[in-house]
Amino acid sequence: MSDHKKKPTPTSVLIELEPKFEQNAPAALANTQLRRNMGKATQTIRAKRANVVSELSDWEELREAGRAIKAFTLEHLDEQLIQLEAAVQKAGGHVHWAQDAAEANRIITGLVQAHEAREVIKIKSLTTDEIKLNAALADAGITAVETDLAELIIQLAGEHSSHILVPAIHKNRAEIREIFMRTLGVRELSDQPKELAAVARTHLRRKFLSTKVAISGANFAVAETGTVCIVESEGNGRMCLTLPQVLISVMGIEKLIPTFRDFEVFLQLLPRSSTGERMNPYTSLWTGVTPGDGPQEFHLVLLDNGRTDVLADQIGRQTLNCIRCSACLNICPVYERTGGHAYGSVYPGPIGAILTPQLVGVEHAGSLPYASSLCGACYEVCPVKINIPEVLIHLRGEVVRQKQDEGGIRAALDPENVAFKTLAKVFSSRTAYERAQSLGKVGQWPLQHEGYIKSLPGLLGGWTATRDMPTIPEQTFREWWEERTKA
Amino acid sequence: MHISLFITCFNDTLFPQAGRATVQLLERLGHTVEFRREQTCCGQMHFNTGYQREAIPLVQRFVDVFRDAEVIVAPSASCVGMVRDLYPMAAQLAGDPALIREVESLRPRVFELTEFLVKQLQVEDVGAYFPHRVTYHPTCHSLRVLRVGDAPLRLLRAVRGLDLVTLPDAEQCCGFGGTFAIKNADTSMAMLGDKLRAVRETRAEVCVAADNSCLMHIGGALHRQRAGVRTMHIAEILATTEGDA
Ligand code: SF4
Repeated sequence: MSDHKKKPTPTSVLIELEPKFEQNAPAALANTQLRRNMGKATQTIRAKRANVVSELSDWEELREAGRAIKAFTLEHLDEQLIQLEAAVQKAGGHVHWAQDAAEANRIITGLVQAHEAREVIKIKSLTTDEIKLNAALADAGITAVETDLAELIIQLAGEHSSHILVPAIHKNRAEIREIFMRTLGVRELSDQPKELAAVARTHLRRKFLSTKVAISGANFAVAETGTVCIVESEGNGRMCLTLPQVLISVMGIEKLIPTFRDFEVFLQLLPRSSTGERMNPYTSLWTGVTPGDGPQEFHLVLLDNGRTDVLADQIGRQTLNCIRCSACLNICPVYERTGGHAYGSVYPGPIGAILTPQLVGVEHAGSLPYASSLCGACYEVCPVKINIPEVLIHLRGEVVRQKQDEGGIRAALDPENVAFKTLAKVFSSRTAYERAQSLGKVGQWPLQHEGYIKSLPGLLGGWTATRDMPTIPEQTFREWWEERTKA
Repeated sequence: MHISLFITCFNDTLFPQAGRATVQLLERLGHTVEFRREQTCCGQMHFNTGYQREAIPLVQRFVDVFRDAEVIVAPSASCVGMVRDLYPMAAQLAGDPALIREVESLRPRVFELTEFLVKQLQVEDVGAYFPHRVTYHPTCHSLRVLRVGDAPLRLLRAVRGLDLVTLPDAEQCCGFGGTFAIKNADTSMAMLGDKLRAVRETRAEVCVAADNSCLMHIGGALHRQRAGVRTMHIAEILATTEGDA
């Protein structure tokens, strides 16, 4: 049972070293502007999603198909990846394998330098956030220009994304206007979406036309054909994918789908789950290079960065089904209230709470599996049926086992550990349990007032800070039952 | 039917009235209820908090106690959820083939009270009388783990005198989540805040649910705020008849 493995830690995933959700959350909760922005945004997108999902009578079958295709892919990942590599090469592309963030960054930086480029344009990509590519490029003197509107806002504000699809979900229009005026040298600007978008467009158009190298992630790659796919809303991605001479795409090894036909399933699941649209405005598909059309040089970087460890875990591996739609974030009552930054990871929300600890090791992100009330709403909406609560519970087990086995005497004496061990003993025998019930009735006397306890000591103080606690009644159920059967 | 009551340690100790009501209700419907005194706790709190090694003996104990029961009924969706949904994972973790088999044989015989009434016994009108304005909070475990659907609502609609008002955003989690309410007390409270607002909006006298754990959370805050709304377990309402009111 103590089979938690020591992982080479791809801590690049973390924005904050050893994030402590419970310590980060209160500040976010106290930010009323953030709460209002988040509540409004998530509620709107939730409603849109529910609406378009309800239109499809075969939604549940689609989800099941999505899950099954991903499960098959993961089961045959080694063969599938080799098939993909061969197909990309055959179509004139180059394939690179990166075991971790450092290796991926080295490969990409080398490619950019080989073209003597000082600037690259980027399509919004979580995978490049995960490896902290922009920072690595900056270290090499290369400027990365984000072209996704929300990603651009975040970049200009010097912040981190708080949502995997809508990085600036925590910002409202007035805040965005302020950022643009401050960083883009615009003097007059209203907070009308149209005007804000126009400013960004002018800024970006110049970049599209003058930059030689583009970097993207990938939503899907087809093993059978070597085709890579990006779905997006703005069309800025399409510009990056077609205008520059060189295109470098980085993707996690789990983004594979076996055949072209599988798009039938995923291109229905993804847009409806993520933006609540029947179909996203832009879907770009490319296979290697096409002479005279689009980039003439194409590189695909396949990234592991902890994924093969996730794959080895029977319960945890379903996490790799994820197509990063963000439906679980939008539905999550915890995420809705704290926002994404409290998770301290590139991957926030329910998916982040299960993916991050698996990538970096539970010892580095042990608070994240607890950042959930286990309400199950995420599982219900997940288009590839990842049983997120199950994985959360599994990871909580890993967290505790890791502490118990490797935490030494300090972990053994931790009040929570002592309390749970003691309780387990109490529950393991009827007499001990019944004695504890009687002791509880006596022990609560100094604390109670008119049938309620208003203040509890120690660990339980968190309860009575805002809630009263009913006292243990005079007669337990079992005492009543005894009395009744005797009578 | 011969029904074995799984009282749950929480109800046994803190909310015995829900257990008494369950017994009265099932007996009134003509069934025999037994109570196996060796039962203690199903291990949910341990398992969900990560103390899973410690939970395994409790899983074994539950299986030992209820092995030969015809049906097992509990007035708690979350504890039934533990048995039905998570016992297989616990047995796997224990790596004990006998336990895995026993859990598989036991699971289909364990029911939450309202789903048992509506789906197994096929009754909706249990002959209850409760002349009050009531709102129903579907707890996450009843809604999304056990999928009891509208069983509790069907039962409540058939109660004479009861004025059932819809809870706005009913399916939103109340923020309890077991040790979540303590470990992440602030986030839990932020979630509860919205639930309380919804409850008060209904102007109901009573907020009812199928889990006393969530009700302790909601009720504890309503009490602190002197909101004038009570919380009750659904069994208590269903057990009340014209004579009691
Ligand atoms: S876990 Fe599921 S719902 Fe969440 S982002 Fe991934 S695919 Fe979407």
